[in-house]
Amino acid sequence: MPATKNTTPLIKWLFYMADSNLILSQRNSEWCGHGPVLEQDIALTNMALDQLGQARAYYQYIAHLLNQDVQSPEQYTNEDELAFLRDNRAFHNLLLCELPNGDWAQTIAKLFFFSHYQYQLLNMLTQHEDDTIRAIAIKSLKEVTYHVRWSSEWVIRLGDGTEESKTRMNNAIHYLLPYLSELFNPADYELSLKAYDIESLKEKYIAAIEDVLEKAELPIPVSFHINLIQQKGGKQGLHTEHIGFILAEMQYMQRTYPNMEW
Amino acid sequence: MMQHEQLFQSKIDQEVKIEPLDWMPDAYRKNLVRQISQHAHSEIVGMLPEGNWITRAPSLKRKAILLAKVQDEAGHGLYLYSAAETLGTSRDQMIEDLHSGKAKYSSIFNYPTLTWADMGAIGWLVDGAAILNQVMLCRTSYGPYARAMVRICKEESFHQRQGFESLLVLSKGTETQKQMCQDAINRWWWPSLMMFGPKDADSTHSDQSMKWKIKRKSNDELRQQFIDMIAGQVKLLGMTLPDPDLKWNEERKHYDFGEIDWEEFWAVVKGNGPCNKERLAARKKAWDDGAWVREAAKVYAEKQSKKILKSA
Ligand SMILES: [Fe+2]
Ligand SMILES: [Fe+2]
Repeated sequence: MPATKNTTPLIKWLFYMADSNLILSQRNSEWCGHGPVLEQDIALTNMALDQLGQARAYYQYIAHLLNQDVQSPEQYTNEDELAFLRDNRAFHNLLLCELPNGDWAQTIAKLFFFSHYQYQLLNMLTQHEDDTIRAIAIKSLKEVTYHVRWSSEWVIRLGDGTEESKTRMNNAIHYLLPYLSELFNPADYELSLKAYDIESLKEKYIAAIEDVLEKAELPIPVSFHINLIQQKGGKQGLHTEHIGFILAEMQYMQRTYPNMEW
Repeated sequence: MMQHEQLFQSKIDQEVKIEPLDWMPDAYRKNLVRQISQHAHSEIVGMLPEGNWITRAPSLKRKAILLAKVQDEAGHGLYLYSAAETLGTSRDQMIEDLHSGKAKYSSIFNYPTLTWADMGAIGWLVDGAAILNQVMLCRTSYGPYARAMVRICKEESFHQRQGFESLLVLSKGTETQKQMCQDAINRWWWPSLMMFGPKDADSTHSDQSMKWKIKRKSNDELRQQFIDMIAGQVKLLGMTLPDPDLKWNEERKHYDFGEIDWEEFWAVVKGNGPCNKERLAARKKAWDDGAWVREAAKVYAEKQSKKILKSA
């Protein structure tokens, strides 16, 4: 396994972005064929596809960077090796992304919290000095803008729907709240990159989230929870127990049949 | 009444499409609802065996292709439910009929997907068989059905090419991959032939459907067309079809083939295939688990329209 020996902050950060998207895509794709109504099944699959596409863009960039330092072609790495042959301690995804789907409300809430974060982050990255990162950000931002809208609308719909949907939405949000502080608790590689201002990111994020929750008639003090340091570790490769099962499933083919073309 | 029927049949004979508001015989309407909804259900149930492998796809590219493919099938289901709804049956009613066992779906989806190669084999054989049926249906007499089919056919032929291409990669791969490929073809070949339904002599709905130009080719004709097509393509893979009687017949200009196991065919149709219970249970579970979501969406929409009324 070549890839992870190279540990520049940039590459660590690219793994953070790639892995978060891949793992949430994997989770969202579990819904394909099982959604509550056909139109929404299609919509969620679409977003899983977007996230997969974004993950691939980052992995391909990582592979490109790593291959620059490689002497012989046999040592070249590629997106599949990076996704399927690293073990869980090398994955940098947010814990939020690996949590189980639960019911529709929990799935919506995960996407809601993640896509709003991505939206603010990508917005800042569209000014980034690195051409590739900037290009990925510009392209992803279009997709994530839709994810933000779709998930926010569902948070409002469920929050302001029936008694049951309100309860479920409320439960989902409370289940996820402890995982939000991680978004703004910077990893060392984030700090050394200085690519975005975390404090202003947090401020914008909280404002956007609270605005939606207000419309959903779900008055929850999100900023209070975000400012407590609670669950953390994903960014550094310290995960929940869920990740092992996700990887076992996702990496099964490459692990069982190594060195083959598919 | 008589006049209506004559006018209706003469439209059909002159290849004028029947549209939702046109007069049509009750039996024509019923026959179409049965067929279109069965077709829609097949798209939706068909998402399950392939959906199985999305989380296990062997490369990121294959994962993206498979996700997009299964999503296409959901889209097909959507077009078809809409086409059937123009005949006056609601989507909820059709789904209820699926869950109660009153409505059927294609038996092919009651077979299990056991290895990755099954994704390729399904694309190549199952979508391949579906296409022949659907190309014919692009010219079916009911307008909305025919138009839905035109959109669907484009995507289906794409699926078939992707399936074939993914088997081609396996066929050029390691010994293990070649075996995986051959094994998948062996398991999917006969069930694919069964997709065209019983022999013409035993088919209950065929005659009337042909007269109304809902169907335009018989089961046996379509099946023969499929066998001829696949028997050629399998050579490009360097694989074989599991039928010792498969042989080119110079006189008929078609491939001869062995007898289909009709006992198995009827067993699966009647609910005793390898995955009938799982497939239906998965559909019901998705529907039941989603009940509160649909209810919430409905209540929310009602609240919104009341707000708009008030402010108007
Ligand atoms: Fe389809
Ligand atoms: Fe298809």
